[in-house]
Amino acid sequence: MRAPLSWIREYARLDAGVDSRQVYEALVRAGLEVENVEKVRPAAAGPIVVGRVLSCVCEPQKNGKTIAWCRVDCGSEHNASVSSPAGAGEPASRGIVCGAPNVAAGQLVVVALPGAELPGGFQIAARKTYGHISDGMICAEDELGLGDGHAGILTLPAADDAGRPLVPGEPALPLLCQSDDVFDIAVTPDMGYCLSIRGVAREAAQAFKAPFRDPAARPASAPVLPAGLPVRLETAGCPLFAAVTVEGFDPAQPSPRWLAGRLQLAGMRSISLAVDVTNYVMLEIGQPIHGYDADRLEGGIAVRQAEAGEQLVTLDGTRRSLDPSDLVIADGSGVIGLAGVMGGEATELGPTTTRIVIEAAFFDPVAIGATAKRHKLPSEASRRFERGVDPAAAASAAHRVAALLTELGGGRVTAETTAGAIPAAPVQTIAADLPGRVLGHLVSQAEVEAILRASGVQVAADGPRLTLTPPTWRPDLRDPYDFAEEVGRKIGFDIIEPVVPKAPPGRGRTHAQRLRQSLVTALPAAGWTEVVSFPFASAADLDKLGVGDDDERRSLVLLANPLADTSPALRTTLLPGLFAAVARNRSRGLDDVALYEQGLVFFGPAGQAPALSVLQRPAAGELAALEAALPRQPRHLACVAVGQWRPAGWAGPGEAAGWRHAVAFAEATARLAGLAVERQAVDQPPWHPGRCAALTVAGQIIGHAGELHSAVAQAYGLPDRVAAAELDLDALLALAPGPGRLPPLSAFPVAKEDIALIVDEATPQAAVAAALREGAGDLLESLALFDVYRGAPVPAGRKSLAFALRFRAPGRTLTEAEAAAARDAATAVAVSRFGAVARIA
Amino acid sequence: MPAPDSQLEPPAQSFEAAALEHLTAAAVQAVAAAATAADLKAARAAHLGERSPLGLAGRAIGGLDPAERKTAGLRLGAARGLVADALAAREAELSAAELAARLAAERVDVSLPADLGPVGAPHPITALMEDLGDVFAAMGWEIAEGPEVEAEWMNFDALNIGPHHPARAASDTLFVAPAESRLVLRTHTSPVQVRSLLSRPLPVYIVCPGKVYRADEFDATHVPAFHQIEGLAVDEGLALGHLKGTLDHLAAVMFDGVRTRIRPSYFPFTEPSAEIDLECFVCHGASADDPSRPCRTCSSEGWIEWGGCGVVNPRVLAACGIDPERYSGFAFGMGVERTLMFRNGAADMRDMVEGDIRFSRALAGVAR
Repeated sequence: MRAPLSWIREYARLDAGVDSRQVYEALVRAGLEVENVEKVRPAAAGPIVVGRVLSCVCEPQKNGKTIAWCRVDCGSEHNASVSSPAGAGEPASRGIVCGAPNVAAGQLVVVALPGAELPGGFQIAARKTYGHISDGMICAEDELGLGDGHAGILTLPAADDAGRPLVPGEPALPLLCQSDDVFDIAVTPDMGYCLSIRGVAREAAQAFKAPFRDPAARPASAPVLPAGLPVRLETAGCPLFAAVTVEGFDPAQPSPRWLAGRLQLAGMRSISLAVDVTNYVMLEIGQPIHGYDADRLEGGIAVRQAEAGEQLVTLDGTRRSLDPSDLVIADGSGVIGLAGVMGGEATELGPTTTRIVIEAAFFDPVAIGATAKRHKLPSEASRRFERGVDPAAAASAAHRVAALLTELGGGRVTAETTAGAIPAAPVQTIAADLPGRVLGHLVSQAEVEAILRASGVQVAADGPRLTLTPPTWRPDLRDPYDFAEEVGRKIGFDIIEPVVPKAPPGRGRTHAQRLRQSLVTALPAAGWTEVVSFPFASAADLDKLGVGDDDERRSLVLLANPLADTSPALRTTLLPGLFAAVARNRSRGLDDVALYEQGLVFFGPAGQAPALSVLQRPAAGELAALEAALPRQPRHLACVAVGQWRPAGWAGPGEAAGWRHAVAFAEATARLAGLAVERQAVDQPPWHPGRCAALTVAGQIIGHAGELHSAVAQAYGLPDRVAAAELDLDALLALAPGPGRLPPLSAFPVAKEDIALIVDEATPQAAVAAALREGAGDLLESLALFDVYRGAPVPAGRKSLAFALRFRAPGRTLTEAEAAAARDAATAVAVSRFGAVARIA
Repeated sequence: MPAPDSQLEPPAQSFEAAALEHLTAAAVQAVAAAATAADLKAARAAHLGERSPLGLAGRAIGGLDPAERKTAGLRLGAARGLVADALAAREAELSAAELAARLAAERVDVSLPADLGPVGAPHPITALMEDLGDVFAAMGWEIAEGPEVEAEWMNFDALNIGPHHPARAASDTLFVAPAESRLVLRTHTSPVQVRSLLSRPLPVYIVCPGKVYRADEFDATHVPAFHQIEGLAVDEGLALGHLKGTLDHLAAVMFDGVRTRIRPSYFPFTEPSAEIDLECFVCHGASADDPSRPCRTCSSEGWIEWGGCGVVNPRVLAACGIDPERYSGFAFGMGVERTLMFRNGAADMRDMVEGDIRFSRALAGVAR
């Protein structure tokens, strides 16, 4: 809603000293979302005056054009032209060349004199053209920045809007364009009444405690008119319908400048007098108006639900199939309008319309909203009906239209029909201290009553109980808290004292939340950079990953209205998003990257959630059914590294990113949660079939890590040798142990023993290490692999694994014999389990 | 009596004080003159060794009269002690000098790159969400989380967003197929508030950080998936003033002294509803009174919208089975991306989701 300050002032009698900044602040304080205050100023400047064309001589030119050589009376002050003086015997005037076809002697025109500046920095000066000295310029509308009319020069009426005759030489700009400040207001759904000057002016008047004059108030002495067009209301969707008939209207009359100017300030284009008047009254009172060409109506009007199969060509020329839940206006010929949304073409006001039926009705907000949405037809009318218009203003709005039409376009108001009645407003009872309790600010009962009355609420006090009837224009005042808010808006939220509430002692973050918080520092410290991707995905992604048909990652949750057809589903893996981020970094010249992301993934199928009441808490079974409908959506954590993990440099050779970095990422994460990960070689897309580990904690697979399959890397435009891991973070953190126990530390000497074993190439070192641990017994303090050797004297197809074992006893120094015995016991288990050969005794 | 062997038999005057003094002085001089460990070793042999005058004197002492032997022994011991001290002191000097020389030779360019592995960083949004959570954890609030694919009842109905509310339109909400699923990608983190009211004992003081979704095209100021942090307090006697106090505290922590403004607005789930604005961080309000200095950031209003808030609508409490006559509450919600833009000056939303490592690292102290 664009509300010019001058228009607001017409109904809110604000002090002259109140400026637009103060009004802005008052409106914002009252809850209007004022997005902008546009200061509209004339785009032209300098001496621009009213002139009278005294004479006009047409002079055809060699270039085919015809120019007019005019003598123009620009007022005595400006007629003393130095460049193109009046000839002997000619009346005082300036000589001006004009190229417009519509210039004629006797016209009152707008003259830009030398020294004036027109929009676009166009400087006016006397200049020689077509054999004359042109000493000024007769202006067209667009040249003055007033509109886009360039059919010819602008001609002025003999008198201004107040009836004062125009005099050559007087400044022209004030007649054409008022400086104004326009408030651009984003009206929230609860303040539909502020989609009108009436509503905004009411708020401004209340804020400044200034008198308010209601544009929808009708004089009590309004004459009673004969009954007009028969109107039948056949649906509960239209409780009230007013129709006023105007006859003898002259469709050729143009809109006066003030009317077109106001509409322009409010953001609407001038179309024709009849249409402009309906729009003007809608903007002023907030009641959408529809005008019918009465001569094109067949019989009376009915408001009803559409019937299946009915069609309508709306004003925008579109043929629309109607739905039985659409409210329509019909006459003898069938449907002639989509009620409250858009009229039909057949009964449209046109250039020959002389008899007009003006409709001002009240339609069900929900029905209008649904129809506008169904037909994708948001209109000025539907926006207002959706938010609820004032049913009590309908008839007076129709009469205001009729009065303006006859005043500006001739004719007379001949008949009126009012069908239905104003719906009763709901009555609410509240405790007088409720507003103060809700706001946290003491508001006396007297003040509550005064504020609500000023807002138009009827207040009946019974001790501390207030019985409240909201005004017809405030459908938002319904619940007790609505009235509390109204009081708050009027006292201003800014005066309410801020108080920090005292929460009961909390438990802090949950264990899982704390672990996730520590990942925020731990993973970056290990070299990984976090990214955040969009979680949208497609089956094509899974094809590129090489994921099989029966893989869980194929269970996509699909969106009904995806933003892009190329990603119609939600992700089941974080890897494609990371691959895209890697590719983007590489395209920007960042070749060595180690990225990670954490976020939810979604595994279908989605169920069907029950439709539940909001009037009370749902039953446990209902909530369980709701939960069961949700797809499984665990939080995953994934990483991808490409290029050089450590570049070659002054300190030595580089190290390429590889499978072990992905494994280290997973292990660092698990360690943070107090968990050790076991690894088994698996073949799992999208990983390299020989370089992928399934990561297991307590027998449960919590993810995979390794090197990406070369074909997948290629499919995503990545280089070969990509490290990648993906973990189910929720599953991992759920396994995190409790507080744990701290053991006593032995200060007795350590006994070190090394063991080298020759085993088959296929035997994992982890299995050998496990065997050694098992055999070494309780004295073993630690075990570490320190060498893997292939080649003579180790036979082909076998490898030598060297382990360092450390033994320590809790309460004594171990003897050499004890350490050797423990070492031999460890070796024995590995030998028997893997056929290992001890290389060094 | 055989002639004294000049090699083995020191002259008798060697035990005279003057002679010993002479020997000692010569020895100390030789020690002082030693420039290397080898010099020092030679000096030790020459002046304190078995065949040195002092060494020979020690052997000869046994041949003296018992009466003389005591005096001579004392004198000789003192002389040898002086030489030994000189040797030890010179040895310490030489080894300190040698160490100093070695260390000097080992000087490195300490400006060489030291950490040669990759340099990581958390995403600024993640880090900011943790910071925001910390503000509330410090006040005793707890952090609540919930699913991103959510039932419409949780996301809309329970929050007093009726079936015809415009926010439910396909132009704003991403729906899960098929429509009968009644599931959406949550459009705000408010369903977590509903879940908290359904599952936690009263009073409830929680914040819910998380990812939310809107059917917005992706451009410099809109992303279809972004982050919010919402707060909810439901207790006896809570009012709008408590909301103001909480938000003022949050703003003071996050934006250090910025002015805030709270003004009425509309949300279905709060009544009264409000918006919290921050003083424009570019023009600091100056553009509002000075038409010659327009501000694009705040449209010359002087304020920028930070988030929505209000007193919990009693209809929401009723849908969660809470008695609105006894309990009241307040709620608020802010965009984390928006907060990041205000706090750290991020200009383009696209940078937050494209994964360029330079964006994440910008706040991590990484040199160019």
